[in-house]
Amino acid sequence: MAEITYLEAIREALFEEMERDPNVFCLGQDIGAYGGAFKVTDGLMAKFGDQRVIDTPISEAAIIGAAAGASHMGLRPVAELQFIDFISCGYDMLTNYVATARYRAFLPCPMVVRGPSGGYVRGGPFHSQNPEAAFLHTPGLKIVYPATAADAKGLMKAAIRDDDCVLFFEHKYLYRRVKEVMPAGDHVVPIGKARVAREGKDVSIITYAATVWKALEAAEQLEREDGISVEVIDLRTLLPMDDEAIVATVKKTNRVMIVHEDTRTGGIAGEITARINETCFEWLDAPVLRVTAHDVPLPYSPPLEDFVLPQVSDIVAVARHLARY
Amino acid sequence: MLAAPTHTGGDHAYSHRPHADLLTREQHLALYRHMRMTRTLEERLVALYRQTKVVGGLFRSLGQEADAVGSAFALERRDIMSPLIRNMGSMLVKGATPLEILRQYMAKGDSPTRGRELNIHFGDLVRGFVGQISHLGDMVPVMAGIALSFKMRGEDRVVLVYIGDGATSTGAFHEGINFAAVQRVPLVIVVENNGYAYSTPTGKQTAASSFMEKAAGYGIAGVQADGNDVLAVYDVTKSAVDRARAGGGPTLVELITYRRKGHAEHDNQSYVPDGETEWWAANNDPIDRFTAWLAAHDGISAEELAAIDASVGAEIDAATDEADASPMPEALDALIGIYAEPATLPPHWYRDGVRAVVETHERPASWGTHDG
Repeated sequence: MAEITYLEAIREALFEEMERDPNVFCLGQDIGAYGGAFKVTDGLMAKFGDQRVIDTPISEAAIIGAAAGASHMGLRPVAELQFIDFISCGYDMLTNYVATARYRAFLPCPMVVRGPSGGYVRGGPFHSQNPEAAFLHTPGLKIVYPATAADAKGLMKAAIRDDDCVLFFEHKYLYRRVKEVMPAGDHVVPIGKARVAREGKDVSIITYAATVWKALEAAEQLEREDGISVEVIDLRTLLPMDDEAIVATVKKTNRVMIVHEDTRTGGIAGEITARINETCFEWLDAPVLRVTAHDVPLPYSPPLEDFVLPQVSDIVAVARHLARY
Repeated sequence: MLAAPTHTGGDHAYSHRPHADLLTREQHLALYRHMRMTRTLEERLVALYRQTKVVGGLFRSLGQEADAVGSAFALERRDIMSPLIRNMGSMLVKGATPLEILRQYMAKGDSPTRGRELNIHFGDLVRGFVGQISHLGDMVPVMAGIALSFKMRGEDRVVLVYIGDGATSTGAFHEGINFAAVQRVPLVIVVENNGYAYSTPTGKQTAASSFMEKAAGYGIAGVQADGNDVLAVYDVTKSAVDRARAGGGPTLVELITYRRKGHAEHDNQSYVPDGETEWWAANNDPIDRFTAWLAAHDGISAEELAAIDASVGAEIDAATDEADASPMPEALDALIGIYAEPATLPPHWYRDGVRAVVETHERPASWGTHDG
């Protein structure tokens, strides 16, 4: 079996789920004949036709709202946002309509909203965003953000089969940079379960998406240069959060940092820190620390973007601080 | 024989052009120079893109120079407009310089946005243009608000906002144009119908047969013109600007043109029917058309135009050298200007040279479960 990229893994999941279930269909801008801005849906229209791979006008609110309506009737829409930055144009639909539908009206929304996310690609303020925290605060939505190709495939299949709306964040920096052989058979990764990306005993790094790879790189360096054993937890799902996995690593290493690419204030790291305080404060030997972007829109120019975003050297510095605390 | 295109621009021959007929020979040459500057500067940017000196994406307006230049030419210096990604020509008319555009694309520290934004996403209220964002349609309500301020203060100024065929599908477009119509503010909405939004042909963007006719639903005037005829563009836009200035409210101006390059430089245009871009290049190039008109109407020789082309080339060469020599931004500049107060944010504590509270804080000896 050949290795496939993170991007190809998502495409494979879409193919398999559309073959498995005739209710699954895709909608979005330029996803049909063109195959999407990043070519995630390349070949889908040729295989499944333009009734199940629908090119839409530039109307995120309509894409998300129509997906919700179709999902009420038993269809399983997968809505692509050309860049996840444009999810803000559908924010009203997602937070007011979709997220509340099951609770207030007993109308489930089994739908997926997916799109390329994240920085490190010189995309500037409107093609680099990580808006997950805005939706973490919205009860009724689920959020996944895979770091590996196998998880991208397995979580996409789980998201499509889930009976609620799943926001599926795809990191565009990883699209063609990570690859692996897919597990055989019907590979489904359960939503809500974290993964130990690297075992360690001295310091824990809790992270997700592209910064998983930065954490792993930092862990190698810390092992080599300092003899510090670093455990890396890849959350994979942000909502619902895997509290068990978080508590387990805190109890194991007693020193924890949270790394995310999103900005700091009101970010997911703050939520994880609060959960650690509430559930396993007594096991901590050091304060929980955060490595995040600075609190500014993401700038375009390389020296600026590199400065604003978390880097391997930041993770190394904070791990050393935690280890000697 | 080239294939017949699906989108041909239609027939918009104006026998009488009350505004364009008043333009002088010097103004004709200015229109020509802006169009040539737009095309040549974009060609230079392609070369820089291939040298990886343009850091992000590159967006061309090849074949749309007349609609950008002719419409902006209808504005007074005190008027304000907001461009779209294919309105470099409009920005040049409003005084943006090749040097600024080159620095911006090259992500330089002395670019108009100090390296924060890409391509032609920049503005200058003094010269009268507001930088767009990537979220299409958003500039319509924003520009309606600028127009509202002119109305509230009784200022004799007009606002023009550019949007594409794709952006007409957004909620922001609808809300903004409706707001402007109800408030009767001096706003001109220019819809550039260039046949495609990324890969999506106009026929999949709207079921209406034209964008002009959408104006009726908002209770405002709607007009249409051949976007590749710079004088027709000027004429129709000038009428709309005059109406807005006279208190007649917004006008939707649809300009029919054609996007000869992909959405951005990486786009291979696989979705475009064979021969379509070639047909436009051969039969409906706005610069070729205007050049022919200049010769016939003003008796302007090829030599005179060649001299303009040479001066455009020299200006771009000098600007390229200067932009190339410009410094990249200083990293710490990333933390300046997110608020008026405080003007600067501190870097995160773990960055070099910054001592943080967590590193210097003296802890009680008994603090923590594992302290000796």
